[in-house]
Amino acid sequence: MMRRLQENLFMALTIGAAALLVLVLVAIIGEIVVKGIRALSWELVSQTPSGGFYLGGGGGIANAIVGSLYLGLGATLLALVISVPTVLYLRVFAASWFVAVIRTLLDILWGVPSIVFGAFGFTLMVILGLKASLLAGIITVALFELPIMIRAIDEVIKMVPHDLEEVSYGLGATRTETAFRVILRQGLPGIITGMLLAFGRGIGDAASVLFTAGFTDYIPRGPLDAAATLPLSIFFQLATPFEEVHRRAYGAALVLIILVLSTSIAARLLGARLGKYTVK
Amino acid sequence: MRIRRQMTDWIARHAMLAATLFSGLLVAAIALALVLRARPLFAAKGIGQVLFGNTWSPSTGLFGLKPFIIGTLWVTGLATVLAVPVCLLAAIFLAEYAGPKLRGIVKPLIDLLAGIPSVIYGVWGVLVVVPFIADVLGPYAAAHWQRIPLLGTEFTTGFSILAGAVVLAVMIAPVIIAIADEVLRAVPREVREVSYSLGATRMETILRVVVRRALPGLVAAVVLGISRALGETMAVLMVVGNVPIAPESVFDPAYPLPALIANNYGEMMSIPLYDSALLGAALLLLAIVLAFNLLARFTLAYAIRRVAQ
Repeated sequence: MMRRLQENLFMALTIGAAALLVLVLVAIIGEIVVKGIRALSWELVSQTPSGGFYLGGGGGIANAIVGSLYLGLGATLLALVISVPTVLYLRVFAASWFVAVIRTLLDILWGVPSIVFGAFGFTLMVILGLKASLLAGIITVALFELPIMIRAIDEVIKMVPHDLEEVSYGLGATRTETAFRVILRQGLPGIITGMLLAFGRGIGDAASVLFTAGFTDYIPRGPLDAAATLPLSIFFQLATPFEEVHRRAYGAALVLIILVLSTSIAARLLGARLGKYTVK
Repeated sequence: MRIRRQMTDWIARHAMLAATLFSGLLVAAIALALVLRARPLFAAKGIGQVLFGNTWSPSTGLFGLKPFIIGTLWVTGLATVLAVPVCLLAAIFLAEYAGPKLRGIVKPLIDLLAGIPSVIYGVWGVLVVVPFIADVLGPYAAAHWQRIPLLGTEFTTGFSILAGAVVLAVMIAPVIIAIADEVLRAVPREVREVSYSLGATRMETILRVVVRRALPGLVAAVVLGISRALGETMAVLMVVGNVPIAPESVFDPAYPLPALIANNYGEMMSIPLYDSALLGAALLLLAIVLAFNLLARFTLAYAIRRVAQ
C-alpha cells in the first residue's frame, strides 16, 4: 500500500516538473502575445522612430526590423561560406586525429558566451579600423553563428552513407567533386535547417551586437552605416521610464518572437520534409 | 582535362583546409586577443588586486572584479539550485514515463524554450518575475523569513538575485533536460528488466538502477547548464539590479560579470586601463565558462562509455 502511494507520488512529481516547464513556455509566449498585440500596428512595423520616439512620440521600429533582417541574413551567409567547406573537409579529406581535434575545438567554441564574441568583435573592429556598423555586426554575429551552423550541418553530413562516396570515386570523380556534387547535395536539407537555426539565433542575440552594430533610428543604406536591431531596440525602449514606450517594446518583442519561432518551426518542418529526397 | 580537374581539386582542398583551420582556431584567437588586450591591466595592477579587489572605481584607477565575480556566483548558483530538481524530474518523465506520442509533443515544446531570445526572457522577467518578487514574495519574506539567512530581507525592489536566477533557471532548463534525457535513454533496457525481475518497482528501478548508472551523465548535463548560465548576459542584466555590493540575501541586487561588460563598453575610451579592465573581465568570464564546459565534456565522454556497457 505504502509502496503504491510512493510510486504514484513519484510519477506525479515527474509529470508535474515537465508540466511546469511547458506551462512556463506558454506563460512567456502568452504574456508577450497579450501585451504585444495591443501595441502592434501598421505604424509600429512600417515607420522609423520620429524625434521624440523614446519619450513616447510617434514612429515605429522599422529601423530595427530591417536592421535585424540585414544583419541576420548577412551573418548567416557569411557563416555558411565558412561552415560548408569546414564540414566537407572534415568528411572527405581530414585524417581522423585532425577531425577529433577540430571537433573538440568547435565544441569549445560553441560554449563561448555571446558577450565574449561581442568583446572580441569589438577588438577586431579596432584592429580593422572599422566603426560600429552593419558590417562589423555581421562579422561578429557570423562568428557567433559559426559553431551552431557547423554542428547542425555536421550532424546531417555524418548520416550520408559512405557507400555513396565509394561509388563516386569508383566513377573517377575527385574528392572535391565528390564533396560538392554528391555529399553536399545529400546534405542539403541539413544545410537549410542549419541556416535557419543559425539565423534564428543570430537575430535573437543582443550581447554580440551591443558594441559592434551601433544603433540608429535610420534604416542602414550601406554596410558601413550603423544598424539597429530588434533585441537592442526592445532593451533600450524598456530602459526608458515611459509607459507608452514600454508598450511599444512589447510590440517589438512580439515581432521578434514571431520571427524567431517561425524560423525555428520552419527549420524543423523543412528538415523533415526535404529529408525524404535523400538516399538513406 | 585531367590535370585541370586535379588542379581544381588541389586548390579546393586547400581553400577548404583554410576554412577548417579558421573555424577550429577561432576560439584560440578569441582567447589570445583577450589576453593581449587585458595584459596592460594585469601588468599595472597585479592579478591578485584585480581578482580580489573589492572596489570598482575606474575614475580613481581601481578595478577590483571581486563584487562582480561574487554576483556571478550568486546568480548562477541559485539558478542551478532552482533548475536542477525540476529538470532532472522532467528528464525522468520524458525518458521513463512518457509514451512516444506524449514525448513527441512535450520534448519539442521544451526544446522551443532554447530558441527564445535572451532579451525576451528579460522582458518576461521585468513584466512577471520582478513585480511578483516586489509585491508578493518580498513583503512575505520581510514578514516571515527575517531570521533565515539568505532569505531575510527588509525591502526589495524585485530587481534581485532571485529574479535573475528564476529567469536563468528557465533558460538553462532545455540544455540540462536535453542531455539528461539522452543519457537516461542510453541506459540499456536489460538493466531495467533485471531490476524488475528482482521485484523492484518502477520508481525503485529508476532511482536505484537507472539514475545511479546514468549519474556521471546527469552531472555533466548540470555542469553544461551551469556553463551556459555563467555567460548569459541580456536577460540577467535586465532583472538583477546591477549594484556592485556583496549581497546578503537572494532579495538583494547583484552585478554579474557579463552585465558589467555590457553596461560599460562604449563609455570606457577616455579612462586609462578601463577598456583593458573590461576585456580582462571578458577573459575571466571566458576562462570560467570554458573550465566548466570542458569539465562537462570530459564527464560526458566518461559517462557515455559507462552507461552503455
